[in-house]
Amino acid sequence: MDILTLFVIIPVLTIVALVFTKGLKQARLVSMVGSIIQLGMAINLVFAYFKERAINKEIMVFTKDYVWFEQFNIHYTIGVDGISVALLLLTAIIVLAGVFISWKISDLPKEFFISLLVLASGVYGFFISLDLFTMFVFYEIAVIPMYLLIGIWGSGPKEYSAMKLTLMLMGASAVLLVGILGIYFNSNADGGALTFNILEIAQVNIPFEAQKLFFPLTFVGFAVLGALFPFHTWSPDGHASAPTAVSMLHAGVLMKLGGYGIFRIAMFLLPAGAIYWSWFFIILAAIGVVYGAFGAIRQTDLKYINAYASVSHLGLVLFALMTLNKIAWNGAILQSLSHGLLTALFFALIGMIYGRTHTRDISKLGGMMKILPFIGAIYVITGLAYLGLPGFSGFVAEMNIFVGAFENPDMFQRILTVLVVSSIVITAVYILRLVGKIMMGPLVTNDCENLPKATWYEKTGILLLLIPIIGMGVAPLWLSDMIQESLQPFIQGVL
Amino acid sequence: MNFSNFLLMRHEILLLAITLLLLVGEIFISKSKKSSLVHLAIFLFGIHTAVGFFQMDESSLFGGSFQTNNLIHFFKNVLNIGVFILLLQSADWIQEKIVNQDRGTEFFILLFTSLLGMYFMISSGDFLMFYIGLELSTLPVAALAAYETTKRKSSEAGIKLILSAALASGVSLFGISLLYATSGSIFFNDIIEVITSTNLTILGFILFFAGLSFKISLVPFHFWTADVYEGAPISVASYLSVISKGAAVFILMILMFTVFKPLMHIWENVVYVIALATMFIGNLFALRQQNMKRFLAFSSIAQAGFILLGLITGTQLGTATIVYFVMIYIFSNLAAFGVVQAISLKTGKENMDDYNGLYRTNPGLSLIMMLALFSLAGIPPVAGFFGKFFLFTAAASKGFYLLVFLAVVNVTISLYYYLLVVRAMFIRKSEDPIPFFKNKLYMRLGLLITVIGILVLGLYSPLYDYIYELSSIYN
Repeated sequence: MDILTLFVIIPVLTIVALVFTKGLKQARLVSMVGSIIQLGMAINLVFAYFKERAINKEIMVFTKDYVWFEQFNIHYTIGVDGISVALLLLTAIIVLAGVFISWKISDLPKEFFISLLVLASGVYGFFISLDLFTMFVFYEIAVIPMYLLIGIWGSGPKEYSAMKLTLMLMGASAVLLVGILGIYFNSNADGGALTFNILEIAQVNIPFEAQKLFFPLTFVGFAVLGALFPFHTWSPDGHASAPTAVSMLHAGVLMKLGGYGIFRIAMFLLPAGAIYWSWFFIILAAIGVVYGAFGAIRQTDLKYINAYASVSHLGLVLFALMTLNKIAWNGAILQSLSHGLLTALFFALIGMIYGRTHTRDISKLGGMMKILPFIGAIYVITGLAYLGLPGFSGFVAEMNIFVGAFENPDMFQRILTVLVVSSIVITAVYILRLVGKIMMGPLVTNDCENLPKATWYEKTGILLLLIPIIGMGVAPLWLSDMIQESLQPFIQGVL
Repeated sequence: MNFSNFLLMRHEILLLAITLLLLVGEIFISKSKKSSLVHLAIFLFGIHTAVGFFQMDESSLFGGSFQTNNLIHFFKNVLNIGVFILLLQSADWIQEKIVNQDRGTEFFILLFTSLLGMYFMISSGDFLMFYIGLELSTLPVAALAAYETTKRKSSEAGIKLILSAALASGVSLFGISLLYATSGSIFFNDIIEVITSTNLTILGFILFFAGLSFKISLVPFHFWTADVYEGAPISVASYLSVISKGAAVFILMILMFTVFKPLMHIWENVVYVIALATMFIGNLFALRQQNMKRFLAFSSIAQAGFILLGLITGTQLGTATIVYFVMIYIFSNLAAFGVVQAISLKTGKENMDDYNGLYRTNPGLSLIMMLALFSLAGIPPVAGFFGKFFLFTAAASKGFYLLVFLAVVNVTISLYYYLLVVRAMFIRKSEDPIPFFKNKLYMRLGLLITVIGILVLGLYSPLYDYIYELSSIYN
């Protein structure tokens, strides 16, 4: 079994093992073991990647190819470059943290962990695929468990949110399907056979007319998952209703599929279309950044604040991709990783606060620092990292994006960049207000003085996320190198 | 003519023998032992299904009236498996409700006769054989639809089906006579030679197409569907939506790809419009259905619309994707109907609200239902996804991107109502949920086969390649 397919096999085996468990204790133990193995594999993959790169000049390493549906030239093709390795590592971290955060899930625990791992296997499969069809299959496998996860274990208007989220994402994948078929039937433009293989299609000069038509379909298909304005409305409702671990996985990992898909498929395979349409989508992305930030100011529910903040920060990823600048691209990928960790940590903390106080309304919270010092301190750190304080991951990413975006001499893009940069200030407003009110402010109610302290599993989950955040901020170079090497084919192909 | 040629009709002869055997058994077996005939019928049909898998020659009989090739042979096997699953799923219902009314054996006789008609229909080499097959396959089903004589709705379903079917086959027959008038022959092979797009021919084709559309319940010929499904016994509704529809799609495809191929520039437009109408109407009406049988009726109308996406291509790719999709659809829909059947038999409940909280009392049935619905909706990794994706690929290969786009919009609409059932079973809670019950052996076997089909048919790619190879005769 090759090193990459194991990323799909292990979650599947864990699911099979889960089927035979009884009760919460067994279920969480099995999921924890499975997730630790995944994290170990992901860390191992990073080292293996560096080792392989030293002797192998290919950008894509560990490639394997098995014929699946011969008639359509559908293959199970896998391989990774630096970008996918980093995202796989991110996924493994967040899955494990999610298992720890869901340690006390009481209702149908077995089913919960099974759904969680189905989602994880879909995400892993997506990141290792180099075949459009396989990728699409994994994309849908990753999305559909969300319905049950939010519907069964969620809170608030969960039925509505779950349905909205599923239908919008599935609708997007429907649009994407047309885009993929369009790419497929133009993949013989240079006289070869029809193929779904991404690397092969990248060598083909797809006619400009086709690129113009299919780029928006492919782009929007993925961008809905990346919360592109105006298709972001599923995200606040979905996050607010989802249970903690699901919000973490969804904002932390699943939404990254959108940006990754845009980069790997829409832009890489349809470069002329990307250049033709970039002015339009960059405006939408810029609106999303500013709009999301303002949206977060107005919210009073902690989860909604974080959800809108995610719209804003992921808008930044789409913005950076559409600037068509290599420094900004580097920033976009760093931002995906950084935001994944930060937002997962935020959701984890919100879940802990909500689990103790049973409210997420900021007007009913205050002085948490006094009663929950550990959670409070981490919350402040996360908030500071979120608004881009140097020394944390957020700073590295945003710096790259803004420098790259401003580098372009085009006046239109510079104006947009200035506009987008203003979102940093707005982010500071809502984050500092939040920290000041619920952490530092006076105690609102007296009955919350005896709240339980953070438990060992909660601390483990938090530290799992916090360490890479600081690691990325202090020593971003190894990651940056890994990404920059992998950007080469994109720079050659698109720019 | 050589007697060994009759081996080409192995399916037909064997099924006829089983039917006659049951008829004799019905006369000679005493009343108290009638229920053993149920086991006998299922056993014999199982053997019949197994025998069907042996290799067969490609040839024609009766001067070309009856033809068979490997694809037709394969499709008969698919129908056999479908009917076999259906028998397993309805065995309990027959034993508990029907045998004590002394009408158990007739059920099998009528069902097998109808299946025999379908064999002849899809093997037909001329319009006469086709028409006989069509009638033979429809009339017994009307009797079956009215099988629960104590229920008024069942009788209503029977009357509705027979009247609409009579009208449809009349229309179809008129179309055939016009085609005969213009071409001077009823043999498919002769008509291919001389068919041209004159007005009379086109009129003949349209009437003929309308007649078959009725059987497939394409919009606007779908009005009978929901009422008949609701009134008829679940086994019969299941049979209508799966076997009867599958066979009609298959013969329609063969005729469109051979006899009417020269008219392709005309029927392309017809199919385009009808595909859209069928998908949209089926899906939009399904949104608000409460009764599970009506729900599945509209869902199966919408599914027929998707099949037309393969039909519009007129190529080998289209043939292969249609056969593949119909095969998967048979398994998925039978699984859904099977669960409805099991619950209805035990509790008499057929509404979506009754399914609230089903997962907590009957996890197995809920999971099967969810798999079936995901397969119908086209969610990977279950088989339905592959069937739909390939149909869309077939349509896109001809450049119908707009049609594919509207079809995927429909997939999203359909996902909504499929998720409603999932929501009822998994998310909603109920004061008075359906209590836990254990199914009998036959039902469990019937559901097990469908689940295996749903899980394996998509991922196992050699099967598709095999179908594609067989389809090479229609391109």
